[in-house]
Amino acid sequence: MTAPGMVVVGAGECGVRAAFALRENGWTGPVTLVGAEPLLPYERPPLSKAGLVSDSAGPVTIRDAGAYRDADIELVSGVEAAGLDTGAHHVELADGRRLGYERLLLATGARARPLPFDGTPVHLLRTHADAVALRRRLVPGTRVGVIGGGFIGLELAASAAARGCPVTVVELGPRPLGRAVPARIAAVLAARHVAAGIDLRCGTAVGRLAPTGTGITVGLADGDAVEVDVVVAGVGSVPETALAERAGLAVENGIRADARLATSAPDVFAAGDCCSFPHPLYDDRRVRLESWRAAQEQGAAAARSMLGGPEPYAAVPWFWSDQHDLSLQVTGLTDAAVGEAVRLRPDGVELWFGLGAQGRLLAAAGVGPGNAVAKDVRLAEMLIARRAVPDPAALADPAVPLKSLLRSPVSA
Amino acid sequence: MPQWIPACATDDVDPEDVIPFEHAGESYAVYRSPDDVYYATAGHCSHERELLCDGLVMGGVIECPKHNGRFDYTSGKAMGAPVLVDLRTYPTKVEGGTVYIELA
Ligand SMILES: Cc1cc2nc3c(=O)[nH]c(=O)nc-3n(C[C@H](O)[C@H](O)[C@H](O)COP(=O)(O)OP(=O)(O)OC[C@H]3O[C@@H](n4cnc5c(N)ncnc54)[C@H](O)[C@@H]3O)c2cc1C
Ligand code: FES
Repeated sequence: MTAPGMVVVGAGECGVRAAFALRENGWTGPVTLVGAEPLLPYERPPLSKAGLVSDSAGPVTIRDAGAYRDADIELVSGVEAAGLDTGAHHVELADGRRLGYERLLLATGARARPLPFDGTPVHLLRTHADAVALRRRLVPGTRVGVIGGGFIGLELAASAAARGCPVTVVELGPRPLGRAVPARIAAVLAARHVAAGIDLRCGTAVGRLAPTGTGITVGLADGDAVEVDVVVAGVGSVPETALAERAGLAVENGIRADARLATSAPDVFAAGDCCSFPHPLYDDRRVRLESWRAAQEQGAAAARSMLGGPEPYAAVPWFWSDQHDLSLQVTGLTDAAVGEAVRLRPDGVELWFGLGAQGRLLAAAGVGPGNAVAKDVRLAEMLIARRAVPDPAALADPAVPLKSLLRSPVSA
Repeated sequence: MPQWIPACATDDVDPEDVIPFEHAGESYAVYRSPDDVYYATAGHCSHERELLCDGLVMGGVIECPKHNGRFDYTSGKAMGAPVLVDLRTYPTKVEGGTVYIELA
């Protein structure tokens, strides 16, 4: 048994960031990072984008092997943490090893939600192995059925189309990206998919999947049926809470953490896709953020908390998605908004701002080619962080630089 | 032989902002500080080579539009993860309303 120190379970975006942040914040004792996947920790966002388009794309590693050595982080790959005893302060690994800890971080992420259909092979996309299995099937002409018009579904639809595959997307809601993206911004993306030849079917459920001699029939609730060769589901993710639940930790839409990302068990913290926490910018509403930057920021924040830091985690939510030649960026919580302002820029790019009841800026979103919206969405994020109450007319007026609104009044 | 290349007119760049400049197939970024001093750096971020000119300038700092890596554009200094490698910087001068940058 190693000397107890800091143990991080889950070697994804969040766990890796946390392990390095422990060092950056001055921790000199042992740091062990345990990951179930056999690969050097890698980036997930490319899996549905360039990593699916190019046959030669390998995993994009988060840090190279030397970086873990240099930081003296012991990386245990390909081994699951199977048990957790929060009283005795140790983690049991699937290979029988027992790791004592002073402080533990659960950064176990999420898994792709499976479809409730038996008997028909359905691809999911969460890991590099999933991406390799899927792209092997995506030869030109292969008919692809994508179930779910969320981010992963639409990104992989665009990637499959780029590989010369005819694609049908089936979305239960009345429009794609229903949960997190305002309607007018989602409409820009939907139109782009249709222009790329993707058959986008909204407002209908998949009722059944049936293998046929030549492919798979996707039976829709509206009575229609589509025949495809490959079915991929992008119907959301489920937080990976099994280890925490077995150990008796509180779970509420993910491992329940407080404002410092501490869980209900002493010396155990949680961060990234696996946890929910109260967000101070949104009246302490409990949220689970599933995004690349949140995973990093929470990893760094959890590391500070593990070392005794008192600050609550308060970063403004932010994520991006790349589909065809368009890049979407969203900041804040769009569903918290009760009012809106829309800015139409001279270059044709539309920006959406979501406002609270008292006019506070709560969210913003934009979509455009390349990094066209990056600067404006970043400024919106800064306004949100300051609890700014900008003049809605100024938000809507493309002649007013958003930067000038940083001087707006702020809410209490 | 280093030579001074005209990059833009002084008012092509807003104060506290950045514009792109291309010369001989290379990309550069030209900055105007809040107090109207002009600076130039390599055009691409040292992390994953995104074009910096789409990023946000605040004071003396440019933030990369892709992963928010930050650089002090007056010195090229990378200010921490994800950016670990400094940007190359180039001397600038202003003559007759034109900003020149000195390229090797
Ligand atoms: C295909 C795809 C595309 C994406 N694109 C974007 C994007 O464009 N923009 C964006 O903002 N976000 C994107 N995301 C989301 C982003 O990748 C996630 O939010 C981020 O990876 C979360 O990091 P994490 O470390 O919390 O979890 P994960 O990345 O899921 O990592 C958790 C790790 O923990 C391991 N683990 C779990 N349980 C155990 C255990 N008991 N023992 C040991 N190891 C364990 C898992 O195997 C996994 O490797 C994308 C995600 C996917 C899947
Ligand atoms: S490309 Fe600039 S920070 Fe990543």
